[in-house]
Amino acid sequence: MESLNLNRHISGQFNSELESVRNQVMQMGGLIEQQFSDALTAMADNDIELARQVIVKDKEVNQFESNVDHECSRIIAKRQPAASDLRLILTIMKTVTELERVGDGVAGIASMVIENHGKAIPSLIGLENMGQIVLKMLHNSLDAFTRLDLKAAVTIHNEDKKVNRQYESILRELMTFMMEDPRSIPFVLKVLSSARCIERIGDRCQNICEQIVYLVKGVDVRHATEEEINSLLTE
Amino acid sequence: MITLATPAADTQALAGLSAAQTALEIKKLDLYYADKQALYDVSMKIPKGKVTAFIGPSGCGKSTLLRCINRMNDLVDSCRVEGSIELQGINIYDKSVDVASLRRRIGMVFQSPNPFPKSIYENVVYGLRLQGIKDRRTLDEAAENSLRAAALWNEVKDRLHDNAFGLSGGQQQRLVIARAIAIGPEVLLLDEPTSSLDPISTLTIEELISELKQKFTVAIVTHNMQQAARVSDQTAFMYMGKLIEYSDTNTLFTTPLQKQTEDYITGRYG
Repeated sequence: MESLNLNRHISGQFNSELESVRNQVMQMGGLIEQQFSDALTAMADNDIELARQVIVKDKEVNQFESNVDHECSRIIAKRQPAASDLRLILTIMKTVTELERVGDGVAGIASMVIENHGKAIPSLIGLENMGQIVLKMLHNSLDAFTRLDLKAAVTIHNEDKKVNRQYESILRELMTFMMEDPRSIPFVLKVLSSARCIERIGDRCQNICEQIVYLVKGVDVRHATEEEINSLLTE
Repeated sequence: MITLATPAADTQALAGLSAAQTALEIKKLDLYYADKQALYDVSMKIPKGKVTAFIGPSGCGKSTLLRCINRMNDLVDSCRVEGSIELQGINIYDKSVDVASLRRRIGMVFQSPNPFPKSIYENVVYGLRLQGIKDRRTLDEAAENSLRAAALWNEVKDRLHDNAFGLSGGQQQRLVIARAIAIGPEVLLLDEPTSSLDPISTLTIEELISELKQKFTVAIVTHNMQQAARVSDQTAFMYMGKLIEYSDTNTLFTTPLQKQTEDYITGRYG
């Protein structure tokens, strides 16, 4: 099952339809990666203009989601995909949903940058650091999707633990800020919600990796333990 | 802890069926037409009260295998069978088995409808008359029950004594199914029963098949993969005379284990 020959259908038309919808997911992934990276830059540089652009561009991300979903429903109706083709379509539909929500999270970070403009924002170093790790996770997840790389998907899936730990330490740090100076609470809460956005993006990368495992192995690992998922590699 | 449902588990479940759950067990079946081997070492258990579909490209041996199950291949002179097919523990290829009574227990319906040139009624009760049943009431009852079971009764009840050739293709095929079930078989073999029918008649027959499995074990050969996916509980994929993969239909059409199965059901060249 590991070797999925996506372009070897007798119907050349079907090949090109699947190819086109896959390409759209990759393009959408590329756009979101860029958006995420811009939002992190905007946050680091306090660049309100860049943050505004990120929010505007989120509409493009949404459009991608609609287009891909539409294309997938058309393929299901006309081609009745089975086996790996069916798993590919299902994976794509779920992946674009995850990506669209990543897009929403990114837009959330951008609005935090706009709202907190001109205020001394605490703890951005930790947040930026976590952002970069999650950005890398997103990049690798999209890469694993493109290459249908089971091993990479499982590795990325395991990495989310680190992000969760970092989120917890940022949380503690921000609580200290709030206790020290209650006046900072309003904007610290905004920082907190960005931290939460970033942490959720990590979770969504994990979800995408679970879909890759389903696509390649045909096994549903959405509610499996880490050991169970890792055991798939040794099978 | 969640147990991961793996495709392999479904295949193992079929192999582990108990005798009470098994209608037919095929064991190491080889079949030759003269020197040419058409089936290679086929072993499988066909569960009772379920629909089992056989799919595969033309010439893969699926019809040959189906015809083995009620010894239709006996009619081919050059045909030689090794291995066994057990119906409730008795090898149907045993010398003591009477072929006529075997075929009463295992009925068959073919690709194109083949009603006899008789009335609708006479077609259905034909098998019963052969068995020497003459009682009018028994025959009437059997005719009505079989036609009802074949979802044809409402369409023909007012013209039971009209010639069967006046029926449409889809109706004729259901008539032939009624004829096959009138004698109360245990197993019903369907060899591409809808390949000469329009989509609506096809759906009617498919609906009928899911009704029939409540009383009979059904084995169906079909070229239409979507049909196999729709009607069957388990599916066997055959290729070049070999049973490549046999598992739960839901598993076979979403996560086949073998690459050959995958290529076939997704329409790829190997």
